[in-house]
Amino acid sequence: MELTGAQALIKSLEMAGTEVIFGLPGGCILPAYDPLLESPIRHILVRHEQGAGHMAEGYAHVTGRPGVAMVTSGPAATNMVTPLCDAYMDSIPMVCITGQVSTGAIGTDAFQECDTVGITRSVTKHNELVMRAQDLPRIIAEAFHIATTGRPGPVLVDVPKDVLQSTMKWYWPESVDLAGYRPHLHADPVSIRRAAEMILAAERPILYAGGGILKAHAAQALLELAELVDIHVVTTLMARGAFPDDHRLALGMPGMHGVYTATTSMQNSDLLINLGARFDDRITGKLSGFAQSAKIIHADIDPAEHGKVRRPDVSLIGDARLTIEELIKAIRALTSSGVKAPDRSVWKQTISGWQEKFPLHYEPAAPGDALKPQMVLEHLRDSAPDDCILVSGVGQHQMWASQYWKFRHPYTWVNSGGLGTMGFSVPAAIGAKVGMPDKMVWAVDGDGCFQMTNQELTTAAIERIPVKVAILNNSYLGMVRQWQEMFYEERYSEVYLSPELPDFVKLAEAMGCVGIRVDSPEEVQPAIDKANEINDRPVVVDFRTDESEKVFPMVPAGIGNDDVEVHEAQRERLAAEKAKRIANRAW
Amino acid sequence: MTEPKEAIRSSVKADHHTLSVLVENKFGVLARVTSLISRRGYNIFSLAVAPTDDPSLSRITIVVDADSTPMDQIVKQLMKLINVLDIRELAPEEAVTRELLLITVHAPSDKRAEVAELVNIFDGKIVNVGFDQITISLADPPDKLDDFEDLVRPFGIVEVQRTGQVALPKLSRHPAVLHSVAG
Repeated sequence: MELTGAQALIKSLEMAGTEVIFGLPGGCILPAYDPLLESPIRHILVRHEQGAGHMAEGYAHVTGRPGVAMVTSGPAATNMVTPLCDAYMDSIPMVCITGQVSTGAIGTDAFQECDTVGITRSVTKHNELVMRAQDLPRIIAEAFHIATTGRPGPVLVDVPKDVLQSTMKWYWPESVDLAGYRPHLHADPVSIRRAAEMILAAERPILYAGGGILKAHAAQALLELAELVDIHVVTTLMARGAFPDDHRLALGMPGMHGVYTATTSMQNSDLLINLGARFDDRITGKLSGFAQSAKIIHADIDPAEHGKVRRPDVSLIGDARLTIEELIKAIRALTSSGVKAPDRSVWKQTISGWQEKFPLHYEPAAPGDALKPQMVLEHLRDSAPDDCILVSGVGQHQMWASQYWKFRHPYTWVNSGGLGTMGFSVPAAIGAKVGMPDKMVWAVDGDGCFQMTNQELTTAAIERIPVKVAILNNSYLGMVRQWQEMFYEERYSEVYLSPELPDFVKLAEAMGCVGIRVDSPEEVQPAIDKANEINDRPVVVDFRTDESEKVFPMVPAGIGNDDVEVHEAQRERLAAEKAKRIANRAW
Repeated sequence: MTEPKEAIRSSVKADHHTLSVLVENKFGVLARVTSLISRRGYNIFSLAVAPTDDPSLSRITIVVDADSTPMDQIVKQLMKLINVLDIRELAPEEAVTRELLLITVHAPSDKRAEVAELVNIFDGKIVNVGFDQITISLADPPDKLDDFEDLVRPFGIVEVQRTGQVALPKLSRHPAVLHSVAG
């Protein structure tokens, strides 16, 4: 069967299981948009290419399937750089197709030409420039294989216009075999056994769960392991939802804005069992002061993560789910042969003591005062169904969302962790809703973030994708304001946006959404109820929040995790606690 | 004041690592390899690339300035590249290395015999002779090329071109021993 390159491209995407493409056509990719008319693949026409990229990411986050974006050459490809880098940092499976100028014009500074593979080389897991239509099915099959296996990531395929227009003999490769790419799935059994022994011998162990748990579909295995060994679990920003927050062993998020107990229990542990996390600087604080007495078990499918930041005592290179299952077997074998864990009751009491003394805290608003963002999140959380998907942008609202939400299921949290991409949430929420149309999707956004990508709400309205957006609007770039307040002597430089402009309600309505404005605490719940009832179009709720509210706990940049700053209401208590621990020479 | 120039350029420094990287012989692969090293701020000291006996594969020999920890990270990151099939890190004592030097030096008729003698001692070849200059070729381990360069420098070096080092592991002089694997 003879097909054009364009037909082969679309057919290849179908064969690879694509059900939706987020994209925007243009000159060089034009030929590929013609056969799309006959394809069962749904296409969602975005308003900006960056939106297509983040939608593909949101879709991949919640479905586990690769998100697919398709855009043209030049400026479209450069607009895609941010989502690609975002997906690369957070290991999101994504396949991006870009148009390119015809092969003969490459290198001539042709209209809308750019060196897409060169520009995206360091922000993709792999990329390819296709020079012959005949190669298209193979390269697409390889792209999906690379994006979804091993440590997932974005793959870009750059297709020149004449390649799309030329003809090829159709085939579909039955399997993909890449000599230079063989992800290592099974951890070394000797190391598994050693890790099992260390886990049983540890006195103050902590399970440190990262995004790899979700990528490997290992949440169930993690739960089983945690309960088997009765060890507390911290879930990183990328792993929220990987372990149920209402479980007795859940400690929540550690790190710069982590829950005090999560950060401090890691800091004082004698064994960190890192499962699919990467010792990110937002977790470790000042590295030389991080969990100094802890031995490290590091499980990660990417060999380059082992020893990149912290040298592990035991390296488990492999798939997180398989690794945990093997660990469980090894631990069962040891316990049945009589090996017993030491008495950890003091450690557990210490942890519950921290939880009691240093829970998340904010001062509720006095009557007549501005809304507290944390209160808005609590109401949103308590009104949302159990499996509601929460999507956030980047900044204070992201930290509050991660702190105050109770995640009970995997794949219910979508955010930009590694790259910290402001503007992520609106398009990512749209992608998530497309992937999981039956679930409620709330985007929590800041007013700064929202103004970067809100144009995609038009896409959502037209495509009937009823996402809900809660803007925690304090008319500031809130996190930057917090740093300027704390570390730059309240010298506020270029962080004030505007309380009047834009009018988010009118803006929402102009884009075909329902807009609601909330100024006072008593309006919060009715607005959320109203938003939750709307199912035929997007809703934007503009919550006017207290500009002075800061995110606590906080470990300032460059400071060790021993020095967590808690909310001022807890500071005296923390000082007393520290003095007591020093006096007792506890860990 | 100009920075004093080191008289002797040492090719084999303690923080020089030789990587022998087997890659697919395709466009763009060299750029992937080199950009991965350069984006971490490490300088590539020398680089040599050519196809292997299998024309679908190329071998890249890279000499990098780096201390050992980031080197380990560079090797692991390189291994992640889809087009990289194998990497060997070659320690100087475990490898045979060669580099080719082409050098043009001043050699007017009264000095030519002296230069020719040096070429002879180093087992080099005079590949081109001009009125008052000659071009010499020499293939040796990099440190020997350094020595030669230093010795001909007094005559006046006109131009130097070196290829960058290539390397293969030294062969064992003993039959392979099978180690039993404890269960």
